[in-house]
Amino acid sequence: MATDPLQKTGPEPSVADTAAPGHLVVFDQVVKRYGDHVVLDHLGFTVDRGQHVTLIGPSGSGKTTILRLLMTLEQVSDGVIMVDGQSLTHMPGPNGSLRPANEKHQREIRKKIGMVFQQFNLFPNMNVLQNITEAPVNVLGLDRAEAEERARDLLQLVGLEEKATAHPTQLSGGQQQRVAIARALAMRPEILLLDEVTSALDPELVHGVLDVLRDIAHTTDITLLCVTHEMNFARDISDRVMMFDKGKVIESGTPEKIFGDPDHERTREFLGAVL
Amino acid sequence: MNYNWDWASVGDSLPLLWEGFKTTLLATVLGTLVAAVLGLIVAMAGRAPSRLVTVPVRAVTEFVRSTPLLVQLAGAYAVFNTVEPLTIGITVLGIHYASYLSEVYRAGIDAVPKGQWEACRALSMSPRRTWQAVILPQAVRNVLPALGNYAISMFKETPFLAVITVSEMVAEAREYGATHFVYAETFTLAGLIFLAASYPTSLLMRKLEKRLGH
Repeated sequence: MATDPLQKTGPEPSVADTAAPGHLVVFDQVVKRYGDHVVLDHLGFTVDRGQHVTLIGPSGSGKTTILRLLMTLEQVSDGVIMVDGQSLTHMPGPNGSLRPANEKHQREIRKKIGMVFQQFNLFPNMNVLQNITEAPVNVLGLDRAEAEERARDLLQLVGLEEKATAHPTQLSGGQQQRVAIARALAMRPEILLLDEVTSALDPELVHGVLDVLRDIAHTTDITLLCVTHEMNFARDISDRVMMFDKGKVIESGTPEKIFGDPDHERTREFLGAVL
Repeated sequence: MNYNWDWASVGDSLPLLWEGFKTTLLATVLGTLVAAVLGLIVAMAGRAPSRLVTVPVRAVTEFVRSTPLLVQLAGAYAVFNTVEPLTIGITVLGIHYASYLSEVYRAGIDAVPKGQWEACRALSMSPRRTWQAVILPQAVRNVLPALGNYAISMFKETPFLAVITVSEMVAEAREYGATHFVYAETFTLAGLIFLAASYPTSLLMRKLEKRLGH
């Protein structure tokens, strides 16, 4: 559950300092622990509007945790996360103080963020069209016709317009993942989080999903934050690649720099092992 | 065996048993409805964030599950002596089975993958809509076969209602037997009617189970 970082740390986090204009996402001194195990160790980075940022690094290094914190599927142990100038982790309390954000506060900010999961997580009790229109109708309040039109446009974008009435179980993994992408985009998020979206797919289905994502990256102004093991994809779509290890970003730069001439020995080691 | 089977009394008692059977069926259907709805409420209350809710709910279900149906029926009949016996019977059956069904629902809800909850959260769905549109439809689908089997089991326990003077089928059979001294025939007939009703239903449930892929 949500812990209270303010009580543990004493001094107030410097929210005002981190809310610089232009940064869509700010991680400031973010700590995430599970018991004694420290997953994120005073992590700090920013993502600007429209940027495509990819997180690379060894498995189990906490890359996914970063996305899950941003989606509020987990809560920080300490530190501050800002989204579009608003704190995701804190909300104003009495007398100008800050207190940990509650569910209602987080739900509002969460609407700016969409996420595609490794395991797709489509709703098996709904068909493709219902999967995509459920949240636009019931969360955003779109009328059904409008939501369906939006859904059909998105299905066309992901190349599945003929599958609108199919059920998730009738689709291949790659098709399910493309529907999941459409479902996330139907909420018109400002930020799309991609959590190892091809890791659960058979190799021959991977390129179809990546093609769709490339298309989205190159034709929209959406902000992307991806965790991936597909280095070619990362090279292709990223403005910036962050090498992440042992709870910290150890190196960050353009794909050309990171893949071509990394500064850190650890980055070289990692890339040597995966490329 | 030199028992003289009395075919005439079989035909003779049939209308009376049929009357009783209607009561049996009514008690089963309404009892199952009560159990299905109440069981779900109990299962959801069991997941409440506050112990003020979960502890009493668990205590009551544990009590209901650990005492015999017969005792519950007799007890309720003694306490609510102004209420119609059939109403008491249906309510007690419903509550008794709700305590079991709540466990079935709980398992069904737990069987919905964590990723479904997370997808709902990522889409900013409200808790209410999450339950209504995503979790419950999948949970109910998970438990439908078990629900059916409990309904059949309740059907076979309705003769207990005779204890609180409800004229269900077995009470009618005994009544007929007592006045005509032909117990074997009428009880056999009652048993066959139970069989004729529950066996096809359980076959249907098995088919349903297969279709749902469990």
